Amino acid sequence: MTALSPDEWQALALSLRVATLSVVVSLPFALGLAWLLSRARFPGRLFVEALLFLPLTLPPVVTGYALLVLFGRHGWIGEGLAQIGIVFAFRWTGAVLAAAVMGFPLLVLSIRVAFDHVDRRLERAAESLGASAWRRFITIVLPLSTRGIIAGGVLAFARAFGEFGATITFVSSIPGETRTLPIAIYELMSVAGGDLGVQRLTLVALSVSFAATIAAAILGGSLWGRRRDD
Amino acid sequence: MIELRIEHALTDLDIDIGFTSEARCLALFGDSGAGKTTILNAIAGLLRPDRGRIVLDDQVLFDSATGIDLAAAAREVGYVFQDGRLFPHLSVRANLLYGAQARRRKTTQLNRLVDVLELGALLERRPQTLSGGERQRVAIGRALASEPRILLLDEPLTGLHREARVQVLNHLRLLKQELRIATLLVSHQADEVSALADDVIRLHAGAMTAHISVAEFSTEQP
Repeated sequence: MTALSPDEWQALALSLRVATLSVVVSLPFALGLAWLLSRARFPGRLFVEALLFLPLTLPPVVTGYALLVLFGRHGWIGEGLAQIGIVFAFRWTGAVLAAAVMGFPLLVLSIRVAFDHVDRRLERAAESLGASAWRRFITIVLPLSTRGIIAGGVLAFARAFGEFGATITFVSSIPGETRTLPIAIYELMSVAGGDLGVQRLTLVALSVSFAATIAAAILGGSLWGRRRDD
Repeated sequence: MIELRIEHALTDLDIDIGFTSEARCLALFGDSGAGKTTILNAIAGLLRPDRGRIVLDDQVLFDSATGIDLAAAAREVGYVFQDGRLFPHLSVRANLLYGAQARRRKTTQLNRLVDVLELGALLERRPQTLSGGERQRVAIGRALASEPRILLLDEPLTGLHREARVQVLNHLRLLKQELRIATLLVSHQADEVSALADDVIRLHAGAMTAHISVAEFSTEQP
């Protein structure tokens, strides 16, 4: 098997960039929403949860179409954003948005579970020591949830790295702009003589996903010391 | 000076208690389930009583009649929980400094506390690596380091083996002499109360049955 062609490198680099940015951009929102779902009781909570999980349950092509309706050049939100120079449709930024939306439920779910597992008594202790809600979140809840946040980030990254349906629907396949690795594999499959390219990129996809999972296990275990059961 | 009157219904206990005390160390003595910890939580602001009024040195912390309910973070109490509750991801030093940092205060007491509680060798360690007695000493130091107006001790010696118990008790005695801070001690151990308290309130099933001096309390003990 020969080395990756320039086009394949381009698809790989784009996928890595899109997947990484999708996690970075959605992380603050995921932290906020996970905290709300873990700690707050508010009306319409069930509705928010149902909405959150829609990208997991809807056909990706429907999510892509919804993004087009909302964020397309003439979309409900996209038209306004375009006037201030923010364009998603048929741009790599749109691929980031699609990947972020698809990975968001996994990110929120992992972080929320981690928040749920933080011993509330520690937060009460911090409160008695004068810590505001924000300080308790930053100094107690966040550091004690590191593993869950990393696990969620990796899951969302892996989901974003493999994202296909919503992306191709929303931003199509433009080489160097929106043709991510899965889309490149899909297109190579329909090209005569594309078999080797498909195999190369499949191997790359497998390696990246596997490496990400291993990295998460190592990082998650060592960030604030190994968990002790004593 | 603490003035407290609270009514609070728990699932298995109705608490109805009131007292005023100027004792430097007041003990709430009674069996488990008498409502002792509930009272501490109400003073700390971690539990909102159904009705009542709590005043600490002329500052109203809670008054159901006028709707005053100072946030726990603003009450300036030092609470030593029965189960320690040290922050597992922070070193002993960071645990000790937590309250002072949260209250944006300079810690003038830290070195003295580290000396009195003999924490010098433990400062860089994590709570998980400490013995029960060491953890409790750190918890006491953490509660005091932010220089609270009152120290709340909830069964501070429970769960410790005999040697650690004696050691922590001696440290508490020493702190009482050194710091002269108002203290509310919750305990069901008579020897602990006799060793530390000036006045004692006996509690039974959510109600006060006696408010006596520690001398009277000690003579009552078998």
